[in-house]
Amino acid sequence: MSAACLNNHSLPIAMNTTTPWVSICHIDDIPVLGSRRVERAQGAAVAIFRTGTDAVFALLDRCPHKGGPLSQGIVFGERVACPLHNWSIGLCDGTAAAPDEGCTPRFAVHMVDGQVHLDRDELAQLGTDLPLPVAGPAHRCQPG
Amino acid sequence: MKKLKLVMVGNGMAGVRTLEELLKIAPDLYDITVFGAEPHPNYNRILLSPVLAGEQTIEQIVLNPLSWYAEHGITLHLGKPVRTIDRIKRKVVAEDGTEAAYDRLLIATGSNPFILPVPGKDLAGVIAYRDIADTQTMIDTAKTHRHAVVIGGGLLGLEAANGLMLRGMQVSVVHVMGTLMERQLDDTAGQMLQQSLAERGLHFEMGAHTAALLGNEAGRVRAVQFKDGREIPADLVVMAAGIRPNTALAERAGLLVERGIVVSDTMQTVTDPRIYSVGECAAHRGIAYGLVAPLFEQGKVCATHLAQFGIGRYTGSQTSTKLKVTGIDLFSAGNFSGGAGTEQIVMSDPKAGIYKKLVIKNDQLVGACLYGDTVDGSWYFKLLREGRKIADIRDKLLFGESNIGDVGHQGHNKAAAMADSDEVCGCNGVTKGTICKAIKDKGLFTLEEVRKHTKASASCGSCTGLVEQLLMFTAGGDYSATPKKKAMCGCTELSHQDVRDAIFAEHLTSLDAVYTTLNWHTPNGCASCRPALNYYLISSWPKEARDDPQSRYINERSHANIQKDGTYSVIPRMWGGETTADELRRIADAVDKYKIPTVKVTGGQRIDLLGVKKEDLVNVWKDIGMPSGHAYAKALRTVKTCVGSEWCRMGTQDSTQMGKDLERAMWRMYAPHKVKFAVSGCPRNCAEAGIKDVGIIGVDSGWEMYIAGNGGIKTEVAHFFTKLKTAEEVLEFTGAFMQLYRKEGWYLERTVHYVSRVGMDHVKRRILDDAPGRRALWAELQAALDGEPDPWFEHDKAAVDTRQFVPIQVVA
Repeated sequence: MSAACLNNHSLPIAMNTTTPWVSICHIDDIPVLGSRRVERAQGAAVAIFRTGTDAVFALLDRCPHKGGPLSQGIVFGERVACPLHNWSIGLCDGTAAAPDEGCTPRFAVHMVDGQVHLDRDELAQLGTDLPLPVAGPAHRCQPG
Repeated sequence: MKKLKLVMVGNGMAGVRTLEELLKIAPDLYDITVFGAEPHPNYNRILLSPVLAGEQTIEQIVLNPLSWYAEHGITLHLGKPVRTIDRIKRKVVAEDGTEAAYDRLLIATGSNPFILPVPGKDLAGVIAYRDIADTQTMIDTAKTHRHAVVIGGGLLGLEAANGLMLRGMQVSVVHVMGTLMERQLDDTAGQMLQQSLAERGLHFEMGAHTAALLGNEAGRVRAVQFKDGREIPADLVVMAAGIRPNTALAERAGLLVERGIVVSDTMQTVTDPRIYSVGECAAHRGIAYGLVAPLFEQGKVCATHLAQFGIGRYTGSQTSTKLKVTGIDLFSAGNFSGGAGTEQIVMSDPKAGIYKKLVIKNDQLVGACLYGDTVDGSWYFKLLREGRKIADIRDKLLFGESNIGDVGHQGHNKAAAMADSDEVCGCNGVTKGTICKAIKDKGLFTLEEVRKHTKASASCGSCTGLVEQLLMFTAGGDYSATPKKKAMCGCTELSHQDVRDAIFAEHLTSLDAVYTTLNWHTPNGCASCRPALNYYLISSWPKEARDDPQSRYINERSHANIQKDGTYSVIPRMWGGETTADELRRIADAVDKYKIPTVKVTGGQRIDLLGVKKEDLVNVWKDIGMPSGHAYAKALRTVKTCVGSEWCRMGTQDSTQMGKDLERAMWRMYAPHKVKFAVSGCPRNCAEAGIKDVGIIGVDSGWEMYIAGNGGIKTEVAHFFTKLKTAEEVLEFTGAFMQLYRKEGWYLERTVHYVSRVGMDHVKRRILDDAPGRRALWAELQAALDGEPDPWFEHDKAAVDTRQFVPIQVVA
């Protein structure tokens, strides 16, 4: 792994009072080489991923390409392939593999005894302003 | 850990490509030092001719600017030819005294032009045509002088001559042989080329032996003198009589040199395992290659060994040639001269300036020589490399790929004739201009690279031929051909066939066993190989290998089709396209209850419910209470039927019942790709059985069976396979064909492509000629399908992870 990929779970995160961690689920609630969706009051869901080595990552469930739900993709190594057009997104940084360009917000993950935690403020705010794709009759009403 | 030291002597295309490949797979292994004799960073030597002709600038052909070397921490010594290699102290010394120690040394010194040993060869105005300096001299001389003589009527010489002529000089080409480019063209094509170039204003001295170059008082060349005493004026003489591998340095270092520096299949010199060599200076199995494609293949292999992966072997290449003279189309590949045991198909139309010759041996294309119309060059080259049997397309072979119906873009197949704004790739909306620009600007050489950078031909692949043509036209004939054996993906060197065979032969029943036994490079594969491996495992070892849902695409993991907004579509199975009021009522109720926005009738005689939320899928399936239609899977989808003899006044057979029987016998059948059947009750064929994987058509005396049709990207009419008497036979023959395809097809290979790969003869032998074998295949399929679950209802048995349907709610 390159240096740019060190973050989240691999960096020690100080458990101080300023970071309000929210318990999400147990690591075993996430399939190995799979993911779960964490719903939010507004905006796209958060996708939490579990790798083959039991590392857990969280990204906005929205591909930087066309907004595909990354939680539905195939997880391999520390990447996920978007289910819509197969963009390869890095789990640790949310960045698309070259030559594709784009990035989806990543969420800090904190693990305590196999329990997965996300940051309350990020859950409430991060990426909530980003538009989600529409399809079907709703699509016909879209301008342009 | 202290880094190893890698020194590269030579800063050309082959060497730098090797470094690029190395940096991709082992970016931190080496401290790299590069010595280049020229004062320029790595540039695209192939494009010197367009620079000379004024079509491109030198800046445009630089492949790796100085910043690239800096970014990768490479120490670069430009303009410093290396004088000695000290193999004992493991260091190289440049002519100016600069030294560099090495742990590994890569010699990529390329080649030198061959200078005719004639008197006057050292006069001013006598140059070779090899590098930027030569090109610049030619451009400058053209501004001040009038007469140019190019010695050598090969590829390089003609490109030089053409460029000088375009820059306003009067150019004579001197060639010792009777025809031009005799190594790449046969006599006829060579004559046509000469005539065409003569019409443009080039002068030719054929069969002429240069005796001396004569100079003036100032020591500049003034004329070329031939053996017969004739003289022609020359202010500039360009020697383009061939190249010689640049091996002087290697020879001085005591390395074995024959036609070039002798290397093994790992690109290591046979003399010193610390020293590698790639490019024009290296001789592999007695051949020193001079074209880019093989050199890049060598680079790739060399990089894996430098990276200490110890994998990959270079086993030689086939090459093709294309002349980069704008307006003259010429292509040759393989053994175009023919010879014992070969046949030739020739079309010659000298007036229109078109000549095509194909050389065939043992029912395979072994050589091609095209003049005037080369659009199919890349296709012929592909056939040649793949060694495909051509009996079935022989009558149309000469007329090109577009006449075979192999290109999805009928009428748009002549890449050269397309406008820049014309769309090449319809899936990803990529125009010809975008592709050509990417090829030029980013220095792309392979189809894979073009796919990565532009997405052209990366989706359905029907424009692959077009993109290959563009590559050939833009990058020159030296573009990297797809290797004959294609690796499954970046996780392995093995092909689909290798992996299939190994899974069967080694009795591998799990993904981990595959990764370990077959030395996968990645811990758990990638999104490309994992679905394929999962299929190979469950189809090779049914009831034994466990289906891994995390190795299936989302559609097969959620048993519904994902839509662009992340919702899903649900298509229940309607046996043979028949439904009932009860079913329709349940569907209607589900549509209301779950507020499903769109209901659509499909082309396969079923009903599609679009826009179902993932959370609702399980309940929608339950409420509808109909079996999974597998419309989301690489599996048996629809069996389309016509009304048949039960109602139709024309009907001869009960096609609806036949369709239902086929569907009930084979539903839940996973396959390399989706599979569609159709059954028509009479030859009017209302069920459109002619474009299905298996099409059954009722006739008065029984059933006709057609296979390997396709209505998709590449519309392909199914081939008549056999005539059958009874419904039982239809089941047996269809099932046996399906099982053969399931066992032999590569993942994502439709029946049409499978049959064209293995040949219809093979399928006929296995299904028609071998009755016990056919019955065994049919029994195998029945055994494999026996007790298979319906994933919509038997979640556990079908390994459906139902947690996916329940989003996690955050408890505040």
